[in-house]
Amino acid sequence: MMKILQRNVLYLVAISLLPGIQSCKPKNAGNTVNSDAAGKVYVAPGKYDEYYNFVSGGFSGQLAVYGIPSCRLLRVIPVFSVDPEKGWGYSEETKPMLNTSHGQVPWDDLHHVAMSQTNGEIDGRWVFVNGNNTPRVGRIDLRTFRTAEIIELPNSAGNHSSPFLTENTEYIIAGTRFSVPPDDKNGDVPINTYKQNFKGTISFISVNKDNGNMDIAFQLQCPGVNFDLSHSGKGKSSGWFFFSCYNTEQANTLLEVNASKRDKDFIMAVNWKKAEELIKAGKGRKQAVKYASNRFDERTHTATSTIKNEVAVLDVKDFPELVYLIPCPKSPHGCDVDPTGEYIVGSGKLAALIPVFSFDKIQKAIADKAFEGTYDGVPVIKYEAALYGEVKKPGLGPLHTEFDDRGNAYTSMFVSSEVVKWSLKDLTVLDRVPTYYSVGHLMIPGGDSRKPTGRYLIAYNKITKDRFLPTGPELSQSAQLYDISGDKMQLIMDYPTIGEPHYAQAVSADLIRDKSVKFFKIEDNNNPYVSKGEATAKVVREGNKVHVYMTLIRSHLTPDNIEGIKMGDEVYFHATNIEQDWDVPHGFAIKGALNAELLVMPGETTTLKWVPDRVGMFPMYCTDFCSALHQEMSGYVRVSPAGSNVALNFSTGTNLAKADIPVGPAKSAPGK
Amino acid sequence: MKRLLVIACISASIFIWSGCGGNTDTPSTKETETSKTASENPSYDPHRGEGKFTKVEIGASVDPVMAENGNKVYGVKCSGCHKLTDEKLVGPGWKGVTTRHSPEWIMNFITNTDEMLNKDPKAQAQLEICLVRMPNQNLSDEDARALYEFQRKNDGVK
Repeated sequence: MMKILQRNVLYLVAISLLPGIQSCKPKNAGNTVNSDAAGKVYVAPGKYDEYYNFVSGGFSGQLAVYGIPSCRLLRVIPVFSVDPEKGWGYSEETKPMLNTSHGQVPWDDLHHVAMSQTNGEIDGRWVFVNGNNTPRVGRIDLRTFRTAEIIELPNSAGNHSSPFLTENTEYIIAGTRFSVPPDDKNGDVPINTYKQNFKGTISFISVNKDNGNMDIAFQLQCPGVNFDLSHSGKGKSSGWFFFSCYNTEQANTLLEVNASKRDKDFIMAVNWKKAEELIKAGKGRKQAVKYASNRFDERTHTATSTIKNEVAVLDVKDFPELVYLIPCPKSPHGCDVDPTGEYIVGSGKLAALIPVFSFDKIQKAIADKAFEGTYDGVPVIKYEAALYGEVKKPGLGPLHTEFDDRGNAYTSMFVSSEVVKWSLKDLTVLDRVPTYYSVGHLMIPGGDSRKPTGRYLIAYNKITKDRFLPTGPELSQSAQLYDISGDKMQLIMDYPTIGEPHYAQAVSADLIRDKSVKFFKIEDNNNPYVSKGEATAKVVREGNKVHVYMTLIRSHLTPDNIEGIKMGDEVYFHATNIEQDWDVPHGFAIKGALNAELLVMPGETTTLKWVPDRVGMFPMYCTDFCSALHQEMSGYVRVSPAGSNVALNFSTGTNLAKADIPVGPAKSAPGK
Repeated sequence: MKRLLVIACISASIFIWSGCGGNTDTPSTKETETSKTASENPSYDPHRGEGKFTKVEIGASVDPVMAENGNKVYGVKCSGCHKLTDEKLVGPGWKGVTTRHSPEWIMNFITNTDEMLNKDPKAQAQLEICLVRMPNQNLSDEDARALYEFQRKNDGVK
């Protein structure tokens, strides 16, 4: 809703400010594509793409993986939203991943993507993503392409300024979009007491170097504003973190108007090395909170959710030299740092220019105390004292900036639907190309790291309209791939995305491809319900709970005949795929199950809970075509009334028609 | 995609087989085809199969420890499809397998399954009967050797 309001106000601004601007939707966009474009994106059948591209799935809650330059969708990784196709959030093992202090939250809004870095370069170990609605950060393991961890953030609401990370992935940063009363304070206060009661919290999440495990190291309690985006310093500025802030008006209603009043909001500069020292010195205030830490154990193939109850908080106004504010024109959105770490680009989405700040000048201004005053107890540096220069007339609605390896910056212009290339050296505009339409984030592989590349740029757009064949009122969103290797940017591909693509990152496939896990070793499977071989398959009744220890292999279930299940039972199918080869998952589904299927990778154990709702015969089968006899990979579960004397019985291949019982001829041959 | 591939491979192997003009109904025809294929591809040794095992040292009697290790691997990775009798389940029963194939062939087949299925006439003939490509169960060299020892024991070697 907010987004739509923003869009509308931006359109209004565009129309009212520049009536003479030409339409941002060319009549025939195809004319802008050169004839050699096809060759640049063509990846022949059986050949691989050069880059893995991890793209936020927006309100789908998931993460999409594309190959670049072909723009082929390789995979959708479920993160914050349940995915019945993969059993994510439905299997007993994955349900805890979506637990929060509110309980099971089956959906979120995934905005930003940050690949782990070492020395400021993407290292290909993990991808971090944010959940914007119920504040969370997820970590995807790039060996398995699965979500390995999700941590909830206390004192936060609308985790938008996230998950950006420091140069050696020491910390993942999460800044709240909505300021709210802290969790240990009474939140039952009038909404219009924002200025007195609301605070903006920034979380520093530590990342274990060896296993990636996340913990909230500390939080900064900041003035009540909206934190929008952020980026780490690099090189000389690497001990600092920069955040864009809007709604410094501290409005609590009709933000479209009331949070757009001031000429300048702020870029907030945080000396996180200093914060780290203060925490080590025990200066953090212990605050009672409640948040969930969910981790997936690769050996047990099982997630555990732990509720934690305390964070250490630094109130920034109590610690001088920790945080400074830099005025930045009109509701800054993107906050991007160039590869050298010297330039900080603030993109005021309602501004007609792009200010570029200098890290050296900021340091000098701090030393000289070149402040124009304070804001809620935090010193505000004079605009000119921090400013390196302004990019004049770049376009309308600057949002996000990425960098190439030749000293150029590329800024998306939402309102005028274009990408603008400009020089960091003299801040002159060098080139501009249209996008289709209303571009949000941009992405250059490595484009926010110390080592950007310079061949491809992708624009992720908010509006699709006429780009593809119409599909009713709801359209997929669109992205465009540009060749930026020459002086002129060249559009070479246009493709649909899942959800709304916000930020994305990409890295050379070489860094990830060879580390990809092909299957899980059955010997290492420590799931308590694993069946290591068919001889260990069994059915065990514990009161009204029935545990089916089942194996899956091409192409039969063991056991595949189960009798003695009764109404009132809860049946747990613990399915172990005992294959040990790449790309041989088996699926498992049973009629009437009120959840989803399982998709079980080789060597993995996954559990489906099933509560029969009626007496009768229930087929179960493998859902993922596995061999020529896949259709035979099936079985039956017989459900009897409560109190029935049908004995618990299970088998595969032996429960044959008895010759002395008058039944039809057995259809399946023995030994199937 | 992979599903199509599996079917394609099966079809391809059947096609190649029949494409050689082979009638696969009788063992004698198979023998003819085996030698024919082998003669067309002189570098391929159908006795040894394709894989890393060129010469496997076999003791005069069964090594009981190794055989027991093989039994354990069998339980986890093989028993789903192979009985220890001569009865076919998904794949052929194991009774007599060590008299039908050399140790090198067996160990290459169970560790280099896909390549063997793509090129070895005996493996392809078996696939035509079973119609399920044997999974590569990613056995270590030691696992493969232990399984062979277990098969010897199952075949009555003392």
